[in-house]
Amino acid sequence: MEIKTNSRLEKVLKNGHMAVSSECGPPRSSDPSGIIKKGHLIKNHVDCINITDNQTSVTRLCSLASCIHLKNEGLEPVLQMVVRDRNRIALQSDILGAASFGINSMLCLSGDHQSFGDHPSAQNVFDLDSMQLLQTVRYMRDEGKFLGGDEIKVPPNLFVGAAANPFADPFHIRVPRLAKKIAAGAEFIQTQCVYNLEKFELWMKGVVERGLHEKVFIMAGITPMRSVGMAKYMARAVPGMDVPEDLVKRLSGVPKDKQAEEGITIAVEAIERLKECTGVSGFHIMAIEWEEKVPEIVERSGLYPRPVVD
Amino acid sequence: MIIGEQKPFEEIWEMVKGHKQLTVFGCNTCVAVCHQGGNKEAEIMASLLRMRATQEGLEIDIKNGGIERQCEHPFFESAKALLDQSEAVLSLACGIGVQFVAEKYMNTPVYPALNTTFLGDVKQDGFFTEKCQACGDCVLGVTGGVCPVSRCCKRLFNGPCGGSSNGKCEISKDIDCAWQLVVDRLQALGKMDDYEKLVPIKDWSKDRAGGPRSFKLEDF
Repeated sequence: MEIKTNSRLEKVLKNGHMAVSSECGPPRSSDPSGIIKKGHLIKNHVDCINITDNQTSVTRLCSLASCIHLKNEGLEPVLQMVVRDRNRIALQSDILGAASFGINSMLCLSGDHQSFGDHPSAQNVFDLDSMQLLQTVRYMRDEGKFLGGDEIKVPPNLFVGAAANPFADPFHIRVPRLAKKIAAGAEFIQTQCVYNLEKFELWMKGVVERGLHEKVFIMAGITPMRSVGMAKYMARAVPGMDVPEDLVKRLSGVPKDKQAEEGITIAVEAIERLKECTGVSGFHIMAIEWEEKVPEIVERSGLYPRPVVD
Repeated sequence: MIIGEQKPFEEIWEMVKGHKQLTVFGCNTCVAVCHQGGNKEAEIMASLLRMRATQEGLEIDIKNGGIERQCEHPFFESAKALLDQSEAVLSLACGIGVQFVAEKYMNTPVYPALNTTFLGDVKQDGFFTEKCQACGDCVLGVTGGVCPVSRCCKRLFNGPCGGSSNGKCEISKDIDCAWQLVVDRLQALGKMDDYEKLVPIKDWSKDRAGGPRSFKLEDF
């Protein structure tokens, strides 16, 4: 497979390895030391590190600056970019900015609605949607042009991905929606946290039936539960999250001080099972404010050491 | 039609209490249908303001009146005498009417009694829902007759986000997921293949982003 960018994620995936990515949330301050520390905690166990873009609409140190901090440390960041806060001028400008710092991968997202965050009275932008952002990145890279039609002398060379949530409704359009994202230009997919393995496998079956797994690399999202409280909260309060009752029961059946360990074990079991699922090309481990557990999950899942690619 | 909601009474009172004379002026079309700004509501508002003035010991001459529409010149003829003599006007029209009155009466302060909330329908008596944002470039033909601009909280053009759950939007269980409605319609119409067509990047210059819009019929 032709390698188009300098993205380590692209190289790992196209060389046929099971890829591992993780993600870190920037701090709510101008001090970058936290994000740098998180990056170093996991750098040897993942191929790349997503940096979230004001996730849950809470204002944080920006994704682009955080990516630059990681890049300066020799790590491989993935720029997450939401269309909630910037119009097409700012989005394209930030894409050029990212490329100018040697950031090689990005993930195109809609972004959580601002009503969930710390500035619910903010205006939202949504000049483009996430699919149109994918199209934009590909147009800039492959055609060497801005959306407005002008030429870009040195186009940004980014490996571009998107999110997919197999658990949101309506379920029957979730495979067509993936097809649409591929048509828009997605080269890799990181999915919503997978807890309901049967439903995920059912979605993947639809994906494989249409041959979509041959057109895009799908990385299953994994988030370890730290407690039964977290599991109940995610089941109840996070839209588009599917946490089966059995999982909540399993965690409830474990003493409180052992629940985190059980959560890790559940995550490892999920990875081991999904490794066998046709069409799954890797894992995106989102250990929310629990980055120190990523190495253990990766090692116990048999995904360590990470491959060396040029 | 245009939906409006009366502002909190205290906010209205703070705007008008400094005048010696005030005309409370209704608009008997859109905002009358939603029982917020018609001539009947103007009469009630005037009574409330008179009572408040009495309580506060202020002498304010408060009259009330109204016309069919505050956004067209011909309707103002019947109210000319009343408005000519007004020191200030509290308009119960939408923002369009308030501005129209202000433009007609350059030296008269005009205050809004309503917040103009949205362009919507009368879903049932007393229940109004948003259906259009006047974006200037209608896409209803490809979205099964459901507007993603006004009805999707993220105005997504290419399908539901990951927060669509049981037909509801992630931001509130009281809001239908617009894309669930689009998909239901496409299915009913046997046009599910249309879902996979990418909707092109929108030209927002036809929306408010392009500046105040106007439309002139050349034949008139």
